[in-house]
Amino acid sequence: MKSPNPGGLLIRGGHLIDPAARINAPMDVLLRDGRVAEVAAPNKIKGGADRKFDARGLIVAPGFIDLHVHLREPGQAHKETIATGTAAAAAGGFTSVCTMPNTAPVVDSVEWIRWLRQPERDAIVNVFPIAAATRSSKGATLTDFRALQSAGAIAVTDDGKPILEDSIMRDALRLGGELNFPVVQHAEDTRMTENCSMHAGARSFRLGLRGMTAAAEASIVERDVQLAVNIPNARLHVAHLSTADALKSVRRGKRAKARVTFEVTPHHFTLTDEDMRDYDSNYKMNPPLRSKSDLEAILVALADGTVDAIATDHAPHAAHEKAMEFERAAFGITGFETALALAITRLHRDQRIPLSRIVELFTAGPARCFDLRGRGSLLRGSIADVTVFDPRKTWTFDAAQSRSKSRNTPFDGWQLTGKVVATIVGGNIVHSA
Amino acid sequence: MQQRLKPEASGAPALDQSPVQTQIMNPARGSLLGIEHLEAAEIIKILKFAGRMNPDKPRPLLKGRRVLLLFYETSTRTRSSFEIAAKSLGAHTVLITATGSSIEKGESLLDTGYTVRALGADIIVLRHPSAGAPYIMAQHIDVPVINAGDGLHEHPSQALLDAYTILRNKKTFKGLQVAIVGDIFHSRVARSACHLLSKFGVKIILCGPPELVPDIATTIAPGVRVTRHIEDALRGTDVIMLLRVQTERLSGLKIDLAQYIARYQMTLARSRMAKKDAMVMHPGPIIRGLELTSEVADGAHARILEEVRNGVPTRMAILARAMGKV
Repeated sequence: MKSPNPGGLLIRGGHLIDPAARINAPMDVLLRDGRVAEVAAPNKIKGGADRKFDARGLIVAPGFIDLHVHLREPGQAHKETIATGTAAAAAGGFTSVCTMPNTAPVVDSVEWIRWLRQPERDAIVNVFPIAAATRSSKGATLTDFRALQSAGAIAVTDDGKPILEDSIMRDALRLGGELNFPVVQHAEDTRMTENCSMHAGARSFRLGLRGMTAAAEASIVERDVQLAVNIPNARLHVAHLSTADALKSVRRGKRAKARVTFEVTPHHFTLTDEDMRDYDSNYKMNPPLRSKSDLEAILVALADGTVDAIATDHAPHAAHEKAMEFERAAFGITGFETALALAITRLHRDQRIPLSRIVELFTAGPARCFDLRGRGSLLRGSIADVTVFDPRKTWTFDAAQSRSKSRNTPFDGWQLTGKVVATIVGGNIVHSA
Repeated sequence: MQQRLKPEASGAPALDQSPVQTQIMNPARGSLLGIEHLEAAEIIKILKFAGRMNPDKPRPLLKGRRVLLLFYETSTRTRSSFEIAAKSLGAHTVLITATGSSIEKGESLLDTGYTVRALGADIIVLRHPSAGAPYIMAQHIDVPVINAGDGLHEHPSQALLDAYTILRNKKTFKGLQVAIVGDIFHSRVARSACHLLSKFGVKIILCGPPELVPDIATTIAPGVRVTRHIEDALRGTDVIMLLRVQTERLSGLKIDLAQYIARYQMTLARSRMAKKDAMVMHPGPIIRGLELTSEVADGAHARILEEVRNGVPTRMAILARAMGKV
C-alpha cells in the first residue's frame, strides 16, 4: 500500500452515513495523514486539501469490512491471489478483508500470518488474517492463539472443517475468552452431510442430489451458543448463518448476553434452493442456498438489527473446478463486486431496509465483531478508510470484467441497483468507477 | 486442460479461449436428458414410433452414424439394449467404460465429451453416477445427449420403455393406479416414472419405510402419495412396480433388510391384494428373496422380461429421435 497522503483529500458534497457516529446527513470529510482530520457540515471545512473528491449525489460511508473471504494464498494462486482478490474487494467497496486460513498449507503458524501481511503480497486493501483454530485445521490440537494474535491474526477458525469435538470447541472458546479472541465457526455437522451438494428439500429430492439438512447447521450452532453462554468472556462468531433454526439459537444466545455474533452472505438473502437451474455449479456453495422460509427469517433478522454483519464468503474457483458434475464441483462463489448492489437491491429497494442499516452491516457491525479499532466509523481520528457509492445507479454485472481471477458467480448478467464509486484506503483512492 | 480466464483490468471483456462456457446453452436437438421437462405429446410420439420399430427387421435410419456409449457405471440391460437398438438402426457403436479408459486416469467428464465429439460421435449415450452429468455434457457439447441414468436423478429411457410396456398391457393410462414399492430415494427409475405417469393423470402410490421413501417425495409430481403400508399401496392397484434396495448407494444409511422383507417384500399372497389383472414390473436387476420372491418374479403377472424386450424398440425410437427421424 502507498504511504498516507500528507496533503489531504477532501470529500465534499456527499451525504455521510456513519451509523457508529449516528450521522446520517450531508457532510464533508477531510482525510489527512491516513486519518480522518475533520467531519463537518457542507462547505464548513476551512483550509485546503491537495485533492478534492466531488461526492455530490453520493453516499459517503466508512470503509466496508468483509469478515469472510478466501484469497487463496498461500498455495492456490490459480484461483486467486491477494493482489487480484484485494483488487476485486476494492471494486466492491471493501477497504478491509478478513482472510480465511483454509489455504494450502493451512495458515496455522505465526510465519504464515506474517507472510500474508508482507508488502510483497501487493494487497491494495487491508488484509486481516484469520488463523486456523487447530493445527492444519484437523480439529485435534489447538494452535498457539496467543502467538497468532500477537502476530496479527484477528480471530481463529477451522472454516470449511468445523470443530465437531465438544471438548476442542470448549477449549477454543475458553482460551479465546481469556485472550479476547473471537472463535469463528463454520457450523456444519459434517457427519450428517456426507456426499451432499445442496440444501435438503423438495428440490434436492427432485434433482436426485443428496441434501444438507438445516439441522446439520442448527445443531452445531446450538451447541456452540450453549458453550458460549457458559464460558466467561468467550467470543463466538457464527460464519455465514443460513437457517432459521440456527438463527433461533443465536437469538437465544444474544438474549442471554453471551458474546455471540454472526454474519450472513448476500447470496443467502437473495437466492433459495429453488433458484438453481440445470445443475449450474455457480449455485453450489457451503452452506447451500436454503429454503424460502430460511431466507425470510434472515430478512427479518437483517431488518430488526439481529444480524451483525454482511460478509461475502468470496470463494473463487478456476473454471475447470466448476465445469463438472454438480456433486463433484467445488463449493463456493465470488462475492466482492456484487455484495453492496445485492444489499441495496434486495434489502433496501425490495425490503425497505434503511440505507443506514445496510451501511452498518458493512461497517460498524463487522468492526465490532472482530474489534477492528479505528475502523467502521469516520469519527475524527479514525483510519481514513472510506467507501463512496451511488445508491440509485442501475447497472449490469458482467462477470467477465471482474477483477477477481475467477468467474464463479450466479449473478452474471444481473441488473442491480447501487454501485461503488470510490474506495479509499488510508486516504488513498484505490478504486474509482 | 482448459486455459483459465485472465483477470481483466482494462474493462474489455476477456477473450476466452477455453471451451468452458459460462453461459448455459440449450442442449442439442434430440437430446433426452429427463422426463420432467418432456411434454406428454412428445412422449406419445416416441411411444408410437417405438411401436413401429422391430429389432428383427432392421431399418437403416441411422446408417453410418456413430453412437458413443459412455458408461461411467455398470449396466447390463440399458447398455446392451442401447447397443442392439443402435445396430438395428444401422449405426456404429463404440463403448467407453470408466475402467479401461482415460477416465481412470482422471480425465474430466467434459474433456471426455470433447474427445468423443472429435472422434465424430453423432449421439452420446451417457450413464453416470452423478445426478445432472448429462446436463453438463449437453450444455457444452453440440451433440445430442441421451441420459441412460444419472445418479439418483432420472432414467428416462427406462420410464419410456415402462410406459410402452404398460400401454401394451393396459391399452390406456386412463384411470390407472400404479404402486411403486421399495427404495424410492435412491431410484432414478422411480423419479422418471413419477414424472411420466403423472403427466397422464395416473394415480401414483409410493410405498416403503421413511428412510427409503421420504415424505418430501410427494412433491415430485402431481398425483403422488406416500404410504408406509403395503396393503394400502396395493389395494385397487393396476401396476406394481418393484425396486431394488440399492445397498451400494446407501451412503452410511442403515437399513434393516430383515425388517424390510417382513414389511415390503412382494410375495404371491401380497400381490393378490392388487387388482386381479395387475401386472408386476421391475427395472432390474432383481434380487430374489429380497424385494420379491421367485414365485412373483416368475409368476403369471410378471412383465419383467417383457420390459427388457421392450427396451430395444423404445431405445430405437429414442435414437431415431436424436437424429431427427421421429
